[in-house]
Amino acid sequence: MTAIAAPSRTGAGRSRTWLTIAAFLLPALLLYLVFVIAPIVQAAYYSLYKWNGLTPLTDFIGLKNYQVALSSDAFTTAVGNNLLIIVLSLALQIPFSLALAVMLNRRFRGRALFRLLFFLPYVLSEAITGIVFTLMLQPGSLVDGALGRIGLGGLIQDWLGDSSIVMLTLFVIISWKYFGFHMIIMLAGLQGIPRELEEAAMIDGASRRQAFRFVTFPLIGPTLRVSIFLSMIGALQLFDMVWVMTAGGPVNASSTMAIAMFKAGFKNTQMGYGSALAVILFLFGLVVALAYQRFVLRRDVDGAMTTGAG
Amino acid sequence: MAATASADTGAGVRADRRPGVRFGRPTALGAAAYVVLAAVAAAILVPIVYAVLGGFKSNGELVSDPISIIPKVWVFSNYTDVLFGVNAATFWRQAFNSLVIAAIAVTVTVGFASLAAFVFARIAFRGREAVFTLFVFGLLFPSAVAILPLYILVRNLGLAGSPVGVALPQAAFALPLTIIILRPFFRSIPAELEDAARIDGCGPFGFFWRVLLPLSRPALATVSVLAIVTTWNAFLLPLILLNGADQWTLPLGAMNFSTEYASDHGKVLAYTVIAIIPAVVFYFFAERQIVGGLTAGAVKG
Repeated sequence: MTAIAAPSRTGAGRSRTWLTIAAFLLPALLLYLVFVIAPIVQAAYYSLYKWNGLTPLTDFIGLKNYQVALSSDAFTTAVGNNLLIIVLSLALQIPFSLALAVMLNRRFRGRALFRLLFFLPYVLSEAITGIVFTLMLQPGSLVDGALGRIGLGGLIQDWLGDSSIVMLTLFVIISWKYFGFHMIIMLAGLQGIPRELEEAAMIDGASRRQAFRFVTFPLIGPTLRVSIFLSMIGALQLFDMVWVMTAGGPVNASSTMAIAMFKAGFKNTQMGYGSALAVILFLFGLVVALAYQRFVLRRDVDGAMTTGAG
Repeated sequence: MAATASADTGAGVRADRRPGVRFGRPTALGAAAYVVLAAVAAAILVPIVYAVLGGFKSNGELVSDPISIIPKVWVFSNYTDVLFGVNAATFWRQAFNSLVIAAIAVTVTVGFASLAAFVFARIAFRGREAVFTLFVFGLLFPSAVAILPLYILVRNLGLAGSPVGVALPQAAFALPLTIIILRPFFRSIPAELEDAARIDGCGPFGFFWRVLLPLSRPALATVSVLAIVTTWNAFLLPLILLNGADQWTLPLGAMNFSTEYASDHGKVLAYTVIAIIPAVVFYFFAERQIVGGLTAGAVKG
């Protein structure tokens, strides 16, 4: 990509160009540095102190907060829950979304309506979704009643109160809310693949299944990786729905990193410790982002992105 | 919806026009596939219908007969209490708060991001990609990380409890996606237009304001819609920055309402339904922008 507005070569013109750049760029850059970047750096700084968030920052304790976090059962459970949601999402939610996207990529009556409906949960607030599901899952409420009615009363659980079930319950609701989002992304990816390719494979004798497996699937790879990445980042910062439905309970059975961080910072006024948890969360995000950068951006956007670098 | 339907027929027509290719015909969906789709559709609808119609049920009926869909006795007081009755003052106050915060956040996001995207798209300078990458970086990590220091920062700025204090960080977090979506749009405006504008005496801002923005209306609509939905549904940031029912936004109000009226399921359902109506109406009108923006953002980001 070449410069469209070629800066003039004279000194005055150049400084005017820089003035223009500054005037256009600074509002966004300042807002972003103050409210996004600076807090992350501050979190790293606070994490080295024992601090309640009110008194002056004096009690430097080095990496003690991290030590405490990593040896705390409450926090390792939270990390485990985040990882569990990631694994379940990749194993179930993403393939499910892909299957639906493949169906909706065919032309049939009612397709637009299905797509509209499947994506609808994405625009609902997570907190409000959580409230409605909490009511549905109360003992003796809609879910239990419906299971009883169809003769599956034996499956009834204390959906949100049983520590061995609660994460699975939450996963189902998270999937309810987000599969449509992944489906839409994959649908966009599928629509970018010329139909002729699959048709050609089928003319050459491939079955529809083979055509998908060996032609479409490899081509949907880039989109699939974006979807996987977004799913992982989303699962790492899981908060709203869990906070509304269980507040991390029973005890810490459904806690997540964000829940543990919030509790440390605002319930127990341990801002230093909470910041350490934030940094650990950041490191998880960084690993995912670097992996994404390494495996996805390089391969897929090579031409598009690097030619843009001026 | 009408728009997406016509987009579909567009694709269909194109494929069908080619003569002699059997596979170009619309492929019918097998019965099994329809069953799957119908089951998924039902799963989506159940909680929504439960909430909408449950709001018309008495608590007695919600408890004694949780699974019948249609209320035996239609109770309107749940909805009317929230809208006009005992809970109306709080509800409207919170709806107003949500609106104010969304309005400020969206204005700031779209305004600042447009200016920045203009530079990223059309002016070459040393370090441009580095700065751009800094913004992309914001898309790559969990925003919850910044929450505790943000709380301290907003408190120190004296903005805790004010709509501006929530809207500014909200806008800052929305900048990366907005810039990433806008940049290619701004890039695609032909350079000839910029030259013509310059000859007519437009400076960079004149070109930006009089030519670029009007031509980019579809992209601006997309990013605005996305920012509105994100801000409207935001939870964690308002939760830490706002205190008390008078300051809360609708999602916070709904959560508080559900604990305050924990035994009054009908009323809680009515409150949640009314609270999500704006988002749903918005979705039906702006589905194309939302979907288009997210897929563009996802594929680029």
